Amino acid sequence: MVKLKIKDVGFSYASVPVLNGICIELTASEMLGIVGPNGAGKSTLIRCIDRILKPQRGSILLDGQDIKEMHLMELARKIGYIPQSTSQIFPATVFDTVLMGRRPHLGWRSSEKDTEMVLEMLQMLNIEEFAMRDINELSGGQQQKVFIARALTQEPAVLLLDEPTSNLDIRHQLEVMDIIKNIVREKGIAAIMAIHDLNLASRYADRIVMMNGGEIFDAGDAASVLTPENIKHVYDVEVEVPNHGGRPYIVPIRPVR
Amino acid sequence: MPSGTETITGTRTKRAEIKEQYKKFIGRKILFILFSLLLIFIIAGIAATLGSYPITVTEVYSIIWHGLFQNPETTKEIVVWNLRLPRILMGILAGIGLAIAGTMMQGILRNPMASPFTLGISAGAGFGAALAIILSAGFVAGEYLIIGNAFIFALIPTFVILGLARYRRATPETMILAGIALLYIFHASTTLLMYFSEPEAVKEAYFWMVGSLGKASWDNLLPASIVLVVCFIPLLWKSWDVNVMGAGDEIAKSLGVNVERTRIFIMVIASLLTAGIICFTGTIGFIGLVAPHMCRMVIGGDNRFLIPASGLFGAALLLGADTVARTIIAPVILPVGILTAFMGGPLFLYLIMRRRREYW
Repeated sequence: MVKLKIKDVGFSYASVPVLNGICIELTASEMLGIVGPNGAGKSTLIRCIDRILKPQRGSILLDGQDIKEMHLMELARKIGYIPQSTSQIFPATVFDTVLMGRRPHLGWRSSEKDTEMVLEMLQMLNIEEFAMRDINELSGGQQQKVFIARALTQEPAVLLLDEPTSNLDIRHQLEVMDIIKNIVREKGIAAIMAIHDLNLASRYADRIVMMNGGEIFDAGDAASVLTPENIKHVYDVEVEVPNHGGRPYIVPIRPVR
Repeated sequence: MPSGTETITGTRTKRAEIKEQYKKFIGRKILFILFSLLLIFIIAGIAATLGSYPITVTEVYSIIWHGLFQNPETTKEIVVWNLRLPRILMGILAGIGLAIAGTMMQGILRNPMASPFTLGISAGAGFGAALAIILSAGFVAGEYLIIGNAFIFALIPTFVILGLARYRRATPETMILAGIALLYIFHASTTLLMYFSEPEAVKEAYFWMVGSLGKASWDNLLPASIVLVVCFIPLLWKSWDVNVMGAGDEIAKSLGVNVERTRIFIMVIASLLTAGIICFTGTIGFIGLVAPHMCRMVIGGDNRFLIPASGLFGAALLLGADTVARTIIAPVILPVGILTAFMGGPLFLYLIMRRRREYW
């Protein structure tokens, strides 16, 4: 069943077009990877889906309902967003940060159920020991897990990830991606992630959308999208793509002059 | 490998442990709030005994108690009820109001330097008062000329910033820069006004701007406390949203908070609160800046607790400062505004120095 439908979406900053004619459909339990060079419009698209930005053209339907018509709180109960990094200026404990994910669901007081939920997420992401630490004291990988926990306490149907692995070492990259993949499967969440690392995209995404200059250049499974021809055209980089365990493995050779 | 049941019990105890820690964390916050409240009572008791007419602490409390049921008759009763108590209560109200306004402004602007000064509110009030004192011109006639003028001009920066927000998005940067611009405009206007006026009027205007609790009276306390109550409730109600906004605008939006509208709403309320206080006291600085920081260091950044905590702690700070200001070179009574600045400056430097973290 189609969970999220992006229809002909266009967005411009002032008069500079950033997105043009984007159409994507996404079903539950599916993990979609958006790849493309810097400035291709990946992050902008993610922000449009969460209404952090408002697209000037097209519509985005969640369960058949246009998100423009939805109340902000209602949208926040359905879509979770995981940012690249934090910019917390004042102190906040990990527990309180994760509890913020309950904001769309609660009034002024948080209940026992909310507390239990936070504890469950902390345990699931294996960050219980940091519960009372300040978020700013954690490493990038630990922070990323906190953000995932916060987004999951929102109980979203759609999860948006903006470069979830960009600040992480190789071990944390795999850990974080495994966690996301499992959750998407278990909870039937539809996930969209903007990601730079083509090999992580190849390994974890069910489907890949390749963007270039604000438009969709190609879409499909990893083997059909991550080809030397496509990558050369979009990134201006010569690559070899051997098959590794049934998935394309991208080996960069040199930039095209 | 631990067996299945052991793992489950392990998980349970770990959870219980975190829950226990979290409860303790909240308990500590409540304890700090109670401690601040106690501090206010102690300082108020001491403050009421100090002055040219000697009265002991026990006498003060019994006079206050009796005064609740009958009009003050003896000299002691009149001194306490008509002179010292209004001053103390105004100190408490002003401390609470300024500290809460500062807390919320720092929160919505995500800026540790934000305070009622930053957005030009104090400068506006100063200009309004100077206009009333020097030219006797203003919006309100009669005995409320200065107060009314200070109140209205204190709100002008907020309305200008609101107007700007129609054309530019209400980001913290826009708001702070606009506030600083207004601060300069008001300062220049006040200076111009003073440059061309009589020395006596300049002195009076200047005294107003330093800020003191000397003008406190029972007549002033009522409107000031109404403003405080009316503003406190919506600020506390919005504390969750301000918490969420602490994580950044994008996160706040994704958690369902209408960031720009909330920012403007809180700014209006916080300005109203500041204006409602400083129109009676003049511009008392640093309480709104220092009290929130000191409280954050002790109890963390959760605004649900930080708002009451910094309010009460700010009240204790201001009351303490005023008590020192009244006695340090008695019989001369220094305006509390001078002392808060003298106290606040070094205190703030100390806080910056001992800060171990890179964030606030």
